Amino acid sequence: MKIPYLLSVITWLPLVGALIILFAFKKDNARAIKRFATAWFGLVFLVSLALLAYNRAAGGMQFIEDCQWIPIIGARYQMGVDGVAVLLIVLTTLLGVIAALSSWEYIGKREQEYYVLLLLLQAAVVGVFASMDLFLFYLFFEVSLVPMYFLIGIWGGERRLYAAIKFFLYTLVGSVIMLLGVLKVYFLTQDAALTGTITPAVMDNLAAAGTEARAVLDNARAAAGAGGTFNIMFLQALGSVLPMGTMQVLLFFAFAIGFAIKVPMWPFHTWLPDAHVEAPTAGSVILAGILLKLGTYGFFRFNLPMFPEAAKDLSYFHLFGATFGVRHIMVALAIIGIIYGALAAMYFVVVKDGDVKKLVAYSSVSSMGIVMLGLFALNPNGLNGAVLHMINHGIYSAALFLLVGIIYERRHTRKVSEFGGLSHVMPGYATVFLAMTMTAIGLPLLCVFISEFLAMRGAFEAQPWWAAWAALGIILNAGYMLWLYQRMFFGHVDNPKNENLTDMNGREWAYMLPLVLLSLWIGVYPKPFIEYVQRPVNAVVRQVRPDYPFQPGAPQQTPTTARVEHK
Amino acid sequence: MFLQANTTTLFSASDLQLIVPELILTLSACVVLVMEVILPRREHKWTAYAALGGVALSAVSLFLLWQTNRDNLPLNAFYGMIRIDGFALVFKMIFLLAAALTIAISVRYLEVEGEQRGEYYALVLFATVGMLFLGCGYDLISLYISLELMALTFYVLVGFTKRERRSNEAGMKYFLLGAFSSGVLLYGMSLLFGVAGSTNLGDISRSINMILTAPPLEGALNAGLPLRPLLLLAMIAVAAGLFFKLAAVPFHMWAPDAYEGAPTPVTAFLSTGSKAASFALFARVFLEALGGMRADWAPLVGLVAAVTIMVGNWAAVTQVNAKRLLAYSSISNAGYLLLGVIAANEYGYVGLVVYLLVYTLMNIGAFGVIISLRRRGLVGDNVNDFAGLGQKAPGMALMMTIFMLSLGGLPLTGGFIGKWFLFGGLLQRADADGKDWYIWLAVWAILNTVVSFFYYVRFIRVMYLGDGVADARPLSLSPALRAALVVAVVGVVVIGVYPQPFINLAQSLVSSLTGAASGAFALK
Repeated sequence: MKIPYLLSVITWLPLVGALIILFAFKKDNARAIKRFATAWFGLVFLVSLALLAYNRAAGGMQFIEDCQWIPIIGARYQMGVDGVAVLLIVLTTLLGVIAALSSWEYIGKREQEYYVLLLLLQAAVVGVFASMDLFLFYLFFEVSLVPMYFLIGIWGGERRLYAAIKFFLYTLVGSVIMLLGVLKVYFLTQDAALTGTITPAVMDNLAAAGTEARAVLDNARAAAGAGGTFNIMFLQALGSVLPMGTMQVLLFFAFAIGFAIKVPMWPFHTWLPDAHVEAPTAGSVILAGILLKLGTYGFFRFNLPMFPEAAKDLSYFHLFGATFGVRHIMVALAIIGIIYGALAAMYFVVVKDGDVKKLVAYSSVSSMGIVMLGLFALNPNGLNGAVLHMINHGIYSAALFLLVGIIYERRHTRKVSEFGGLSHVMPGYATVFLAMTMTAIGLPLLCVFISEFLAMRGAFEAQPWWAAWAALGIILNAGYMLWLYQRMFFGHVDNPKNENLTDMNGREWAYMLPLVLLSLWIGVYPKPFIEYVQRPVNAVVRQVRPDYPFQPGAPQQTPTTARVEHK
Repeated sequence: MFLQANTTTLFSASDLQLIVPELILTLSACVVLVMEVILPRREHKWTAYAALGGVALSAVSLFLLWQTNRDNLPLNAFYGMIRIDGFALVFKMIFLLAAALTIAISVRYLEVEGEQRGEYYALVLFATVGMLFLGCGYDLISLYISLELMALTFYVLVGFTKRERRSNEAGMKYFLLGAFSSGVLLYGMSLLFGVAGSTNLGDISRSINMILTAPPLEGALNAGLPLRPLLLLAMIAVAAGLFFKLAAVPFHMWAPDAYEGAPTPVTAFLSTGSKAASFALFARVFLEALGGMRADWAPLVGLVAAVTIMVGNWAAVTQVNAKRLLAYSSISNAGYLLLGVIAANEYGYVGLVVYLLVYTLMNIGAFGVIISLRRRGLVGDNVNDFAGLGQKAPGMALMMTIFMLSLGGLPLTGGFIGKWFLFGGLLQRADADGKDWYIWLAVWAILNTVVSFFYYVRFIRVMYLGDGVADARPLSLSPALRAALVVAVVGVVVIGVYPQPFINLAQSLVSSLTGAASGAFALK
């Protein structure tokens, strides 16, 4: 089935749903609103499944839409996705259904506004992944802050006002700096002396000859001469001829700060625990599952291919007699993030207040560190692992937040010390929680194992020490996750309040099961997922390191991915 | 220019044609004054609609003027006192828009205050006449007189609610400081005249270029005078006088008091129309007359812009009075607008014009929402008076949200487009001049927008995030206020989503400036 303007439909359908809820429903008819909203999310999810028809063998940008928008500044309404974006969009729409379904009981006030905002948030986030024009991307990227601000601020916990404004301003700092970078690269596209030197090989790598994407890229190249363009493919092509120097490094960091705060990388992570602890369950699910990926996706889509020289630089800075590069900084921050996230989870949660949600939040910092490490390994394994880990983190952290939400709805507390022996009272819940804990610590046959393994392997190929430090963080992660599980589920039920807890109901099973199954599926048979991301990943690696030795089936491929290459 | 005493007519009818919009406004102001006397007291609000009609007629004549003279701009009239070019036309449109919106939001306010009088609208129209002449003045004399016409009417308008002490105090403060600043400005202008030997901006520009490029001639009249230091002094005095009018730091002290005390619609007009007019004057003087000295004044104006942006934004953070808060926000916005003048390229000019247009819409819109909250017994200008507006009047709250996000510069609102061009112009200028401080100025300015979001979002927080309602009674809106708000919000959103026609128009009109200051850059 071929749906015309598929990406626009997926992006704007939630907006239509939001308008319907706003105007066709009475404010106090919460029951109908939540049923309709969930059904609408389901519809969007079903439509988005059509994206899976993405031609994996061809790679590159597909499902392209291109129309005139603001010609005077070169901005066009251009939509297009590669395999990475396809997976992220489908994950977004899936988590949309789950978030809506999980909010039925949790949200007890102003339901109409709540579901409207949830739908608006989804429209903005899908727009970010679907944009093929930097101007459009930036619009969606920044507008996505507003619904999230309201979700935390209205339906959050006690310190919701503080958490909401902190989230808003913190992420805004990054994106406004990025705006200057956006302006600068736009002006660079007008520089004919620079764009004239782009080689056909670079263009072929980004968009194979004869494809629809290539036609758009050629148009963008023509438009660049006539007044600049924001086409992302062309900006990437421009990256290949951008001279290394202060300008490229500054541009790299202008974009990197915007994305690093979103990821969040240490030391820009401090908004995350606050936002997560205060946000309602569905807010946390979207935040951890999707919004954090905007940052890592940004690195994958912009920082690496647009500023390749800076991304692989190892010798730009000379400070105190030491020589180091941009890549060293990024890798160091990633590794610090991995270890810090784990240590912080241990200190703040295990030693201090015992808030389960905070623990999951810090584990996210750690997990996103692994993604960043994989990205800056700058080889196919590292990038494949990083991209897959984005998806996997979306699955397991969303699931953990949902599980925390389930127990919070019953007990109105998230303190570890309040629980114990839950496996006797809620066996179903304990099982699902176990599955997700095991996913989080990277047990083989579950999804995180695959992606962590690939990312680590990539890091190891780049520099064994990086992988060694990251492994330390992963071990620490396992430590506190197991501690958490033991405290909550084993032993006797020593708190009388826990004796009469009910196990998960049908609705809760309905939204937990897909995540558990997905985790298992990716863990056992990741091939289809890797296929989606492989070609886009290779294109990025080739863009950053044109001399990288690609050989189908050669030793740099892991067994899982090698089979794909033979096809 | 030479006075032609022997001719029978001092000016021709074709000269008069060029100032038809101003003439119409002056006439309608007189009509309004007469109506005030004739109409019984409870019918006074018709004076407002008469004034609106006058503005509309004036806008139509301005449009016709533009359409008939499209191809032969610029036109000079009254011996070079007046110059109609694209720059003048686009600014006049903004002034008329500001005047129309101000009149529309005034009707209900004056009703509540019990001050519904025709003089008010006549004064607004006279102030607008001053602004229109500021837009097209091309001579220090005509510019100064227009400025004073505008300023004098504003002194009266700020103190218009004479039974209120705050309004009186504000009027007094504004008058004293305004008169002082006019003096400083006049001093600078006289120095400029002394150095350049003419009051015509074009002549001044030519003289300055000659002085700066040619070495002083031996034995010439001014051989012994160090002209360059004198020029710098003149530039600094003119700048200081104009910074007062723009409310730029360190000459901003009058703004918060005047804005807070003035009747709210006057505050709206003061922060948009008056500011836009002052920017027209600033741009004319600095880009045309002093265009050759850009290397001298750019760092000075850059420093003032950086400090203005910082002080305005940081001081707004702690305010509890909505009008005072918006006063500081208006100070910071003056700083952002200065960036367009500093950039002095096409991107910057388009930014200046588009941002002024959007700023007029969103600021008057915001003040309109504040007015809608006002009723007897509740002043409605405290930020907390907005509590629960999201529940009570969702449409109004949504509009306020859009205005606030636009003031901050969030994408999909007009504020973003304006800032886009202002910052873009600065980056282009950095590239063209090869100086890094432009880039750091842009970084500084854009980081401060984050601070501004902190206080703009406070309105949103109060309206939506709390559960209490400050005042449960429904709002009562006059049709004019409602229409003004709708126009403002539609304008802000349309410019945000589809700015193409506006940018196009601005670009074609401001091109009259691009030749003046060095380094004209194609937008494309």
